Amino acid sequence: MTGPAALAALRFPWPFERLSMQLALGAGILVGVVAPAVGAFVVQRRLSLLGDGLGHLAFAGVAAGLLLGWSPVVVALGVAAAGALGIEWLRGPGRTGGDLALALFFYGGLAAGAVLASRAAVTGRSVNVVPYLFGSILTVTPADLWRVAGLAVVTGVVLAVAGRALLAVALDEDAARVAGLPVDALGALVAVLAAAVVVTAMQVVGLLLVAALMVLPVAAARRVARSFRATLVTAAAIGAVSVVIGLVLARAADLAPGGVIVLTSAAIFAATSVAGRRPSRAGR
Amino acid sequence: MTTARPTRRAVARRQAGMIMRIRITTEPGAPPEAPPIDAHAVTCRYGDDVAVEAVDLRVGTGEFVALVGPNGSGKSTLARALLGLRRCDGEVRLFGRRPRDACRAGLVAFVPQRSHLAPVLPATVTEVVTSGRLPARGWWHRPGPPDAAAVAHAIEAVALTPMAHRPVTELSGGQQQRVLIARALAADPALLVLDEPIAGVDAASQRQFRDALVHLVQAHGTAVLLISHELGAVASDLDRVVVLKHRVVFDGPPRDLVARGVHLGVHAEDLPAWLEGLG
Repeated sequence: MTGPAALAALRFPWPFERLSMQLALGAGILVGVVAPAVGAFVVQRRLSLLGDGLGHLAFAGVAAGLLLGWSPVVVALGVAAAGALGIEWLRGPGRTGGDLALALFFYGGLAAGAVLASRAAVTGRSVNVVPYLFGSILTVTPADLWRVAGLAVVTGVVLAVAGRALLAVALDEDAARVAGLPVDALGALVAVLAAAVVVTAMQVVGLLLVAALMVLPVAAARRVARSFRATLVTAAAIGAVSVVIGLVLARAADLAPGGVIVLTSAAIFAATSVAGRRPSRAGR
Repeated sequence: MTTARPTRRAVARRQAGMIMRIRITTEPGAPPEAPPIDAHAVTCRYGDDVAVEAVDLRVGTGEFVALVGPNGSGKSTLARALLGLRRCDGEVRLFGRRPRDACRAGLVAFVPQRSHLAPVLPATVTEVVTSGRLPARGWWHRPGPPDAAAVAHAIEAVALTPMAHRPVTELSGGQQQRVLIARALAADPALLVLDEPIAGVDAASQRQFRDALVHLVQAHGTAVLLISHELGAVASDLDRVVVLKHRVVFDGPPRDLVARGVHLGVHAEDLPAWLEGLG
């Protein structure tokens, strides 16, 4: 029995009684777990807007795919991964600063996407980019679900093997470099992983909102967790819960699921902020 | 099994009963025959400005050397050049190897200024110190019992055991600095370079800092290059002082510096001003 058939054989309660909602739930939870897990290392490196920049690059990739008649997802993955490596290179010693590197790719990607999409429209091709920009989680197919599951497995393996080294680099690049860690390679690994998350998650919440799913659960988790490991676990849990609650609310009120998922995550962040936070003594 | 080769000064301290209270279970590093630092004619520029000019510097095994100088004299630039973090002219060898190769061999540790340790996320003291073990066991390996023991002893050596599981963001500045020292201790390096590690740290934390450094030099035979304006806490422990004003204007034992009117302990507060008069 295949995965989707197995899903259909199970009896899910409202609002997940339909197969489309079950596939959305499965893909959404996986993305909800993976995006903050990768996002934690991005945030720790003070690159919270990396997901946004990669989303804009992926938009250029989607437009290029539509123009060329190739798979928009595959082209977006290639462009976003190449852009991620480019951003890492620009952040290197003696080159452009991190925020400037992001801005360069951020606006360059958006502009390229607009130009390519307009060119595709001129050639008579279908250029409906809205599902890529704002997500279309209810159109997740079994193949999409397997792809997201594959990303989750790869991410889990990478973080299990390299998570401690990634934390060391995120804490202090200079000390990590002197300690002999392959800082550049590990930085590239995080960047490419983030690109893969962005492209994979674009169907869930859309390219314009995917960065929120990488950052907001992490921001919420840091309010309540007391270790980096606990932050990772809590952020992943918040991401998954945001997806479930978001899907339920979207179905109940007939709203756009991607936006509701991100708003749910933002609400959890607000709740953890109000719930209180230990005073930081850093900088004393 | 290899043992470190402490300096005569360290042996004398041990015989005098000054050895520290911390028990060591990890094996000391095995410094190779070549000196930990051997730099010749190092010159660093920022555009047309020369920050470091034709500096020769040698630090031997088990030596405790302070690099001091007025503000903007090129100390941090020189340190980064020595560690391979900045490209400069001249030749630098660490243990007879290129800096990058010595770092890859896990021979070197670096304690940056405290401002470098400002985790956005709540990493605990143990998590930060454990990151110092990565070079010792290969960064892809899971930490085992020997790593846990080394981390526990490193934390104990800087008197932070009660705070081992607290987020470093909840610690004071002095405590955070000791976390960075512990991270370096956990790596068990043969060479430790520290860049202004105790700037703005209270007196009690400076004493803990001094104990941790002396522990490293005496018990592990580690060579230490300390860049600092505040040498009062370690003045009596130093083997040599190097005064840098873009070039080396003094290199010798602290007593010779005293003969030139600069007292490291007495002038802890206004050392940079006193150093202006040298050279």
